[in-house]
Amino acid sequence: MAATDSDSDSAKQRPWPKLLTKPTVPMPRPGLVRRAEPIATGTEWTLGTLEKFDRAIAAHAAKLGLDTYPIQYELITANQMLDLCSTVGMPIHYAHWSFGKQLLSQEHGYRKGMTGLAYEIVINTNPAIAYLMETNTLALQVLVMAHAGYGHNAFFKSNYLFRQFTQADAILDYLQFARSFVQECEEQHGWREVEAILDCCHALAPYGVDRYRRPARLSVKRERARLNERLRFAERHYNPNFAHLHLNDGAGSGTEAATTFDPQENLLYFIEKHAPKLHAWQRELVRIVRKVSQYFYPQRLTKVANEGAATFWHYTLLNELYDAGEVDDGFMLEWLSNHGDVVAQPAFDSRSFNGMNPYALGFSIFRDIRRICEEPTDEDRQWFPSLAGSSWQEAIQFAMSNFKDDSLIEQYLSPKVMRDMRLFMMHDGEEDREHYLVRAIHNEAGYTKVRQTLAAQYRSEAYLPTIVVARANDDAERALLLQHRVENGRMLETHSAETILGYIKQLWKFDVVLEEVDGEGRRLKIHRT
Amino acid sequence: MPTVKDESDARGGAQPPVTAGLLRIVDRRGDPPGRGAVNRERFIRRFKDDIKRAADEEFGKRSITDVGRGGRISIPGRGLAEPRLRHDEETGSRDFILPGNREYLPGDSISRPRGGGESGADGEEAGSGEGSDSFAFVLSREEFLSLFFDDLELPNLERTRFGEMSMERMRRGGYSREGLPSNLLPSMTVRMGIARRIALRGAIAENIEELEREIEDAEGQEQAALLEEIERLRARREALPFLEDVDRRYRARVPTAAPATRAVMLCLMDVSGSMDERKKDLAKRFFALLYLFLERKYGHVEVVFVRHTETAEEVDEERFFNDPQTGGTLVYPALELALRIIRTRFAGPDWNVYIAQASDGDCTTEDGHKSAAFVSQELLPLVRYFAYIDIPSSSGWFNRASDLWQSYDAIEGPAFARRAVHDRSDIWPVFRELFARKQAA
Repeated sequence: MAATDSDSDSAKQRPWPKLLTKPTVPMPRPGLVRRAEPIATGTEWTLGTLEKFDRAIAAHAAKLGLDTYPIQYELITANQMLDLCSTVGMPIHYAHWSFGKQLLSQEHGYRKGMTGLAYEIVINTNPAIAYLMETNTLALQVLVMAHAGYGHNAFFKSNYLFRQFTQADAILDYLQFARSFVQECEEQHGWREVEAILDCCHALAPYGVDRYRRPARLSVKRERARLNERLRFAERHYNPNFAHLHLNDGAGSGTEAATTFDPQENLLYFIEKHAPKLHAWQRELVRIVRKVSQYFYPQRLTKVANEGAATFWHYTLLNELYDAGEVDDGFMLEWLSNHGDVVAQPAFDSRSFNGMNPYALGFSIFRDIRRICEEPTDEDRQWFPSLAGSSWQEAIQFAMSNFKDDSLIEQYLSPKVMRDMRLFMMHDGEEDREHYLVRAIHNEAGYTKVRQTLAAQYRSEAYLPTIVVARANDDAERALLLQHRVENGRMLETHSAETILGYIKQLWKFDVVLEEVDGEGRRLKIHRT
Repeated sequence: MPTVKDESDARGGAQPPVTAGLLRIVDRRGDPPGRGAVNRERFIRRFKDDIKRAADEEFGKRSITDVGRGGRISIPGRGLAEPRLRHDEETGSRDFILPGNREYLPGDSISRPRGGGESGADGEEAGSGEGSDSFAFVLSREEFLSLFFDDLELPNLERTRFGEMSMERMRRGGYSREGLPSNLLPSMTVRMGIARRIALRGAIAENIEELEREIEDAEGQEQAALLEEIERLRARREALPFLEDVDRRYRARVPTAAPATRAVMLCLMDVSGSMDERKKDLAKRFFALLYLFLERKYGHVEVVFVRHTETAEEVDEERFFNDPQTGGTLVYPALELALRIIRTRFAGPDWNVYIAQASDGDCTTEDGHKSAAFVSQELLPLVRYFAYIDIPSSSGWFNRASDLWQSYDAIEGPAFARRAVHDRSDIWPVFRELFARKQAA
């Protein structure tokens, strides 16, 4: 489609630099004078060489001021990697069919050669656990070590969200507890019952997080104690004649709550505490899913920042290795080719386009921070006055520590990156459902708009419709009223809303209503089960 | 591909790391496979109906020698979606960013992609499986077979379980006072010795006390005799033997009923001229299926092949199916040979004997009657199940039951079953019908 000359000004200065589908990566210069012999060459590796490489990377990381948890590498087979991928990367998890589905589809894809395996998984624990797959070549192993073992690890340790929201040292113990609890429940109450509850909770898992409040520390001991207390209470106070009075688990009576009801955003928490008819063990299952969801919450908010930082660090660290002469040209070419695939960003009209690639975007941003610090242009001085010419290590550390995806983009997406990736902003409005309108491109007039729009796109409200509990238990019907605040006229998709309501109803057991209201509180639409 | 690690290098790596405690490489490759299998099983359990339907369909397409293998299955994707709340893309307005602008300037418009599959950077594949086509995956051999035989049951398994057709096995059961030296239980024996000594010491002590009370009343010689008696008892109390014969305890073995676990399957087939390749192929399929089924139940199954024209002989599998023979048909000799084989090689209560007979049903009236009588009187009492597969000629202008089929009308009993098979697609239904789990009668 030809561009229309609607804006003669911008047409004159068509800013079309070369379109980069991969961020610029300088290739190693052959013939560089070596300070040392390579640690190893070729593709073969042994535990010994891996340890030597780890020591070399650690030395460079320390020199660059990278702060990490201790690292534990685990060497695993491809099958074990498949297992891990199926349970969101956790080595322990409770059993659920959805993990089996994940496993079967991945396995099928892998065996058919349609998909490669994720070759890096790192777990935010203390010590951090990074997985090395045995079929990787030497260069790939070292790449994974630098990426996961140092990059992600440092990000986990420094980023405020992870510091605030997750307890790196407690999650595996908690999952162990969760697994045995789910198993006990299955033995006592039958797998169908347990699976039904877990299905509901999984569907609601995105709504099981506290977004602003720091969650209590996970502690298996305390969880057990609390659980026992809950079960004991139920037992001690069980009287068939009055059982219905205790089902509410100590929640205040409905009428009094109604007058002072604050909207609750943590739906699963609300259900755990206030659902009228759940048994103690069912509440506990809700709690487990909620806790796990909470653990993964920061990961959902920091895809770009996390992957960007990790990619930036493996790139930097491996180049340091090369500059020190510890790896040879073949090694560099091998991992760079791999790196290039990882950070490729297909254009929007390309067949392989599947949304923004967080690796590409994040890597470009972090690399550009370093460039701005080291070789600032006039444009950079204007856009990032405090960044230009400062210490890049400190700047990177600051960017890793204090931002999530949307704020990172809002703060650091530079005009150069927008130009390199040729980002442009589209508008999809009610006035024309046949076309998208181009609102801004990578030029002076557009930089700010593009940056703000991209940042907004990474706010969770953009892809996950928010719902809050607006009222509950305020009459004999015990209905639960949920609210979705409609922004920019974006309504909920009816089928998905009804499905989700069905799940909520299974837990709540009484009527559940979801209303969509606009900014003034007018009701636009109502979904019922 | 780097798999084997070199010993010397592993040692070299064991030097103290630069930063203490910073580095650990744990080799987990040897760990037993765990969670994957559990979750896999959960998945199969949940979608059992769909998967079974797909497996049945798959079976129809496959050659029977491949039935035992695992394979690719695809089931409808509808129940599998894990739903999420979504925005309706047809409402409201939104701005989003795309990469890779080649030509557009502000104010241009681009036609909107159809189907709503487009996504901004929100990385959300629309619908994620909702109403999507199908979900394909690979089942292992074990999983495949267990689905396959899910609602089939071995005939007369009940009887076996309750001991009627079972064999006796010796099992550990308590202790005995007699036995072989090798079965002696030293710890138990010593314990019995301790008990005996405690008991005897107590009894002797009571005697002594009684005598001591008598001494107080007694005088002179009587007293001396009593003292002597007390001394004797004391000495005896000290000298109680550490072990005596009565202390010995042995492991006892008691006979208990146990289900027979060995199985043999006799394949009887008519190989006369009228049995053409098609019929043999059908028979083979049935035999193979039965074999798979029995193998799954018993672990190991002996197979004996008996073919017959006018005469019967035992042959190996290759010749059974592939060596063409000519001649007339007599069923009786084959049955007789089967009985001989059972008597000589598979006699005794620990054998589960299954007979599968395949024939086109051609036989003389006399032979048929003799055979039917022989089956019901001689063979049926010895076997767990006798299945007869009738494979009539395909030239179906005479649509009547075969001679042998008519003769077999005379046989009655729960261990006997027969079905007619006309076509490849009949095999599986017939097999299912024969072995379908009976509702409690």
